[in-house]
Amino acid sequence: MSVLVSKDTRLLIQGITGREGGFHAQRCVEYGTNVVAGVTPGRGGTMAFDKVPVFDSVDQAVRETGANATLIFVPAPFAQDAMIEAAEAGVELIVSIAEGVPVLDSGRVLRYLRGRKSRLLGPNCPGLISPTAKCKVGIMPGSIHRPGRVGVVSRSGTLTYECVSQLSALGIGQSTCVGIGGDPLIGTNFVDVLKLFNKDIDTDLVVLIGEIGGSMEQEAAAYIKRNFKKPVVSFIAGATAPPGKRMGHAGAIITGAAATAEAKNKALKDAGAHVVPSPGEMGVTVQRVLGGR
Amino acid sequence: MVKAQVYAGGRGKAGGVRLVNSPQDASDYASKLIGSRLVTHQTGKEGVPVHKVLVEETASVAKELYLALTVDRSAQGPVFIASAAGGMDIEEVSAKQPEKIYREGVDIAIGLQPFQARRVARALGLSGDQAKAAGSMLTAIYRMFMELDCTLVEVNPLAVTSDGKVIALDAKVDLEDDALFRHPDLAALADPAQEDPSEAQAHEAKVAFVKLEGSVGCLVNGAGLAMATMDLVRRVGATPANFLDVGGGADDEKVVKAVNIMLSDSGVKGILINIFGGILRCDIVARGVVRACQERSASLPIIARLQGTNVEQACEILAQSGLDVFFATTLLELEAQLKRALPTLRSANELSED
Repeated sequence: MSVLVSKDTRLLIQGITGREGGFHAQRCVEYGTNVVAGVTPGRGGTMAFDKVPVFDSVDQAVRETGANATLIFVPAPFAQDAMIEAAEAGVELIVSIAEGVPVLDSGRVLRYLRGRKSRLLGPNCPGLISPTAKCKVGIMPGSIHRPGRVGVVSRSGTLTYECVSQLSALGIGQSTCVGIGGDPLIGTNFVDVLKLFNKDIDTDLVVLIGEIGGSMEQEAAAYIKRNFKKPVVSFIAGATAPPGKRMGHAGAIITGAAATAEAKNKALKDAGAHVVPSPGEMGVTVQRVLGGR
Repeated sequence: MVKAQVYAGGRGKAGGVRLVNSPQDASDYASKLIGSRLVTHQTGKEGVPVHKVLVEETASVAKELYLALTVDRSAQGPVFIASAAGGMDIEEVSAKQPEKIYREGVDIAIGLQPFQARRVARALGLSGDQAKAAGSMLTAIYRMFMELDCTLVEVNPLAVTSDGKVIALDAKVDLEDDALFRHPDLAALADPAQEDPSEAQAHEAKVAFVKLEGSVGCLVNGAGLAMATMDLVRRVGATPANFLDVGGGADDEKVVKAVNIMLSDSGVKGILINIFGGILRCDIVARGVVRACQERSASLPIIARLQGTNVEQACEILAQSGLDVFFATTLLELEAQLKRALPTLRSANELSED
């Protein structure tokens, strides 16, 4: 089992004929993902790398192939259109990769999604991968993952890869790794993913990787304290970040007391999470917590 | 009033805003400000250059209010923030007296409704014509926010004058960098001199960079890993000189630029490379670092932790470069290498503090 994706995931790739879209589409196929279609307006009727049919629009692709998830490589200025097009066509899982989507565009997309059945992951995220389901809907290096029973949810891409490689090196596999993205407005937050992991019988422990900015980690802490039944190992990046400065990610900026790493670590610790003090110790902490059960 | 026009708050306390009594006074003070650097609590010790001043009529203020429009993360859309406790630090009011802050969320699909504007005016303690005037201002602020892709419009103070007028005495507007492609006219107004010079260069090179005060130059891919790397540096007792995310799709040229920006800071005593290469190839990073160091004849110690695509090639390039390189494969090893190199990595003033 896994969360958000499974063996039944039928993936569509928006922007499949672009350089990045094409490259990552092939990596997804290699990993075992069932890539059923691509969409590039004006390129309908062609085949991408001799294998995947390309359509002009998402609704057409969904009708013809039964795609139920989409991975969007459309550049940031056009991402709003691509996300809404996918939601309008009823795609259940929408993953938007591009960094730099204007925040008001994201606001409009999230408003459009309200009351619809589609779930958005991102924007500005690496996507998600389930080594157990052999399904990769994202840009992470597939080779570092091992199937197993640890879930990972994170606001950062490379820091997730770092965590996963520490886990795999210790022989600890992952059930699903979900990158929720580094923007201030995102479709799926920590609590949403924790709820899914809570119900997933094949996940024993969750690693939560947060960073400065906003209060999503505190909301996660409140949920963990109240409802979460599994151990949580957490790391928050940015303890040394100065206030008021954007640290790369649009959402990583300290604007008030709740946004600091210190406040987030405290909330998570109070909720019973195993707070990792150094990024090098994520893997060994998971090993210790699993061993102590 | 003469007010320095800079990209920073806290001008009043720093001497950037002054009440003057004659045209001569105004001219004298304006000449003094223009061409100077203003240091406020938001600028860092270098300050920011003053190129322009605003000269305006002095208002006789009866009441100072606060009004802002921003994007709220939990509401996932625009939210007005209003307080009758204006003129002061709104962060402080919000921390100490949260009941004095009123929030009105706007549905991005339908926009600000008149009843909402009336509610905000009431929260500001305004009625009658003053409430109407505030309502028009709210409508105008909302329109500006949406049409120009702002992330913040802050009117502080929003003043009620002694003759009963409602005016914006001061305002701060943040435009979203990521939306400037829709507003080339606004992009053209940017004054790069207001930024730290190395941050301005980084902006141009499309490298995410923030200058800090420490002595270890950090070259990392990914914002989260870059922050975690800074945290690691601090943990061993050294201080990061910068945040730097070179990005996933960096080429030779971009890496060279990034290293040059990092090394333009004379406080840098050593270089830390932490790359988890997926799309980004480690050999490209290694080649870029070596080239930049050779071009500058920089002989700083390098601690390199490279993982992922083409890591063997990268290590060979670094090992044969003649530069002083120490390798690590995991973050724990990186931490150990940092500890070992600590004496050379600490800045002069950090050493004198011991």
